[in-house]
Amino acid sequence: MSMSNVGRPTTPHAANSEGHASLTGGRGLLQDEPLIFELDGWNKTGVDLAAPEHDASDLGDLVRTAPIGIPGLSEPETLRHYVRLSQKNHAIDLALYPLGSCTMKHNPRLNEKMARLPGFGDLHPLAPISTAQGALALMDQLAHWLKTLTGMPAVALSPKAGAHGELCGLLTIKAAHEAKGQGHRRTVLVPTSAHGTNPATAAFVGYSVTEIAQTEDGRVDLADLEAKLSSEVAAIMVTNPNTCGLFERDIIEIARLTHAAGAYFYCDGANFNAIVGRVRPGDLGVDAMHINLHKTFSTPHGGGGPGAGPVVLSEALAPFAPAPWVVADGDGFRLVEATEGPAAQGFGRMVAFQGQMGMFVRALAYMLSHGSDGLRQVAEDAVLNANYIKARLATVMTPAFPDGPCMHEALFDDTWLEGTGVTTLDFAKAMIDEGFHPMTMYFPLVVHGAMLIEPTETEPKQELDRFCDALIALANAAKAGDADRFKGAPYLAPLRRLDETQAARKPKLTWQRGSNTVSPAPLAAE
Amino acid sequence: MRYLPLTPADRAEMLAVIGAGSIDALFADVPAAARKAELFDLPLHAGEMEVERALSALAALNRPAGAGPFFCGAGAYKHHVPASVDHIIQRSEFLTSYTPYQPEIAQGTLQVLFEFQTQVAALTGLDVANASMYDGSTATAEAVMMAQRVTRRKKAVLSGGLHSHYASVTQTIAHAEGMDITRLAAAIDAEAAVVDAIDADTACVVVQTPNVFGTVTDVTAIAEAAHAAGALLIVVTTEAVSFGLLKSPGEMGADIAVAEGQSIGVGLNYGGPYVGLFATREKFVRQMPGRLCGETVDAEGRRGFVLTLSTREQHIRREKATSNICTNSGLCALAFTIHLSLLGERGLRELAALNHSRARELRAALAAVPGVEVLTPRFFNEFAVRLPGDAAQTVEALLADDIVAGVPFSRLDPQAGMGDVLLVAATETTTSADIAAFAAALKGRATR
Repeated sequence: MSMSNVGRPTTPHAANSEGHASLTGGRGLLQDEPLIFELDGWNKTGVDLAAPEHDASDLGDLVRTAPIGIPGLSEPETLRHYVRLSQKNHAIDLALYPLGSCTMKHNPRLNEKMARLPGFGDLHPLAPISTAQGALALMDQLAHWLKTLTGMPAVALSPKAGAHGELCGLLTIKAAHEAKGQGHRRTVLVPTSAHGTNPATAAFVGYSVTEIAQTEDGRVDLADLEAKLSSEVAAIMVTNPNTCGLFERDIIEIARLTHAAGAYFYCDGANFNAIVGRVRPGDLGVDAMHINLHKTFSTPHGGGGPGAGPVVLSEALAPFAPAPWVVADGDGFRLVEATEGPAAQGFGRMVAFQGQMGMFVRALAYMLSHGSDGLRQVAEDAVLNANYIKARLATVMTPAFPDGPCMHEALFDDTWLEGTGVTTLDFAKAMIDEGFHPMTMYFPLVVHGAMLIEPTETEPKQELDRFCDALIALANAAKAGDADRFKGAPYLAPLRRLDETQAARKPKLTWQRGSNTVSPAPLAAE
Repeated sequence: MRYLPLTPADRAEMLAVIGAGSIDALFADVPAAARKAELFDLPLHAGEMEVERALSALAALNRPAGAGPFFCGAGAYKHHVPASVDHIIQRSEFLTSYTPYQPEIAQGTLQVLFEFQTQVAALTGLDVANASMYDGSTATAEAVMMAQRVTRRKKAVLSGGLHSHYASVTQTIAHAEGMDITRLAAAIDAEAAVVDAIDADTACVVVQTPNVFGTVTDVTAIAEAAHAAGALLIVVTTEAVSFGLLKSPGEMGADIAVAEGQSIGVGLNYGGPYVGLFATREKFVRQMPGRLCGETVDAEGRRGFVLTLSTREQHIRREKATSNICTNSGLCALAFTIHLSLLGERGLRELAALNHSRARELRAALAAVPGVEVLTPRFFNEFAVRLPGDAAQTVEALLADDIVAGVPFSRLDPQAGMGDVLLVAATETTTSADIAAFAAALKGRATR
């Protein structure tokens, strides 16, 4: 039933809205939402279950008698709570999300639908192999696409995310060295511009990390690399295109020098989106590379995961891949799950079961949708969009590497902010007030006050222009001395800038009855 | 191509602004030898309908757990997920957002993580929990690495009741860091042998309850023995619904509790994505791996949440980080939190009681089949049975009756010499008719 306005048409009343606040603390439809523990849910449930026919008397004192301490809500209350919370998030579906190195591209909804088909979503990981032939066929197809796109002969599908893929790659390399009697190699070379996960992964598997210098044009310093390669080096880890958004021009020479020193070349494939369908890492001399399915192949980031990080491997490393893997066997597929027989050289196992099947389905749906022609267009449009942003913003900001094209992301330093009193962080927070998520800040570490912008190929030109117009307006405001606009930003987000120092000094990581302060509601305070 | 918004006219206009003659000019830094002029040998793009058809054809080759009687467990469980859970996690603001590094525009995700951490701490009976790990198996390996940091010792003892995949993952990771792993022999009541393996070099003991055979154990005595030797107790749980019925790890003296959270809110997904739960005592919080969400205030004094203690993490500490983990399992943590918020304490206890009840019914039915021996003395919702013949062959044979009988233990651990052992699970989704059909088919086979 609709409400009738007949006879009561509204007319605007031009009152001054500045400084207007609601009486209850919310902002129109955007309400303050308590924690689930602060709602009225201590003796409720939102599920209806049959009564059990047998009790738990057989378990005696193994039974939990103490209260658990978790509230429950009816379905309408639960929906309202989480939908209200959702409205406090920025998302790709709302606007360009320019996080450099994160590849925040559109997430096709067909892929969500496919992953939820009962044959995939409701399939048990240890279901009899004869009842999971479609799943194994899908993994086999995905492997074929990944191998073809990278020009590599093998792939380990099971790693659960990019960093987990790095771990898989380094463990493969370690096993290969040990098999050759080269287990004494304990050093991994990593450029100063690398993702934090690279040195962290190397250290996690017991390697020591040595940094390689970078040249003035943002690439690996070949002379420094050559000087640091030795019989102690197990591997180098190089991101390509690198974290400055640049293609490593000397990549083939880097691979040659690395192999000449008896080391392996691990490539961080986080930025594969820039070259997919155009360049095969296998042609560059790479031995192992993880592929973030949640970046290049569009599986949703989901507020921080889940991802998937399959690792493609060269001929030299393939025998050392972890279990499990799929083999085509006569008229069907089977799964090699234990490291025995032909798999005896495998270094072990990265995960229980087979890996991120839900992401495999989404990634394959993405690949089939694009095809070889569409994927090539992905790389081209991603690179075109980044160069367009670089060209437009270069009029007011300072590109870190102005000469030559960038790849899929445009990197700026903070030289242009000198004397304005505005920092990279302030500038980024002011972007929020203009409706955009900030770019990646202060990374890579080699560029002062770095601002790394990755638009991806799924942005239309109109949105790129809207973004560039907003940043140019902000840059002009900064240069015109409007520092307050930046220092206090954001003003228009659900919350103002948060006190991260206090959060770390006295960590409060869980809700406890009585100890957590609820937001002061003006009505109650008066 | 439906996902690519640029038109040829846009591209030409943009190239002009850039000052580049062609797209190829933007790829000038790629060595000539590596430039591919031709398309790769893969199919061309396809419409939504064609892709759906191709993938549906593959899905149709699989037999979903919900298609009929189904008794597999062993680390992943068939549970009902309320429809509202999947609806909420598909909201754009949750599905298509990144890690909440900009808290002013990510309070939705952050508050959910704070609720998740509080729920996980409550379930496990410990003080603090992180914002999720990839899954239970990787969480177990991370727990062992954390115990090494806390105790500065190199030896870990893994109970023979630990899921074989979890043990393999832990061995793989810990071995690379130079740890010495003692993996005890698989046995139904393997926990009884754990205390004797603890010595002065032991960093931690890893015990699973309910264990891989379903056996439920009060690990209090193991905790005491571990603590007396200066070691930590890590308790692993692969069936999170069991927290609603059984004594919590914290109550029994665990220092770290890890669990697979798949059972609550997350589907089977052929093994992933799942969600790893990780909880510990407050004094160890700075040695924890993974992201943590904490409470704070904004510039106007309003409560808000941020990622905190990030000096433990790789993006700040690089090679000195507590773990290399970056992406975690945020959306599955959201699903877990929503489902648990629907259940509440009352619903979780009811759900757990119902699971146990169904398993008791299954036990009674299978125990009545001639030649079948129930091996697990105390169980939650799964247990092991010894069959008159090979378990894998029996499972294969019962497929003819459209019954998926369970997981042959030999699939997890071919070397254990337990070819006749079958792991069977029942949950709230298991009906009396399913159980009757299973028992009848097994009986029919035994007497054939």
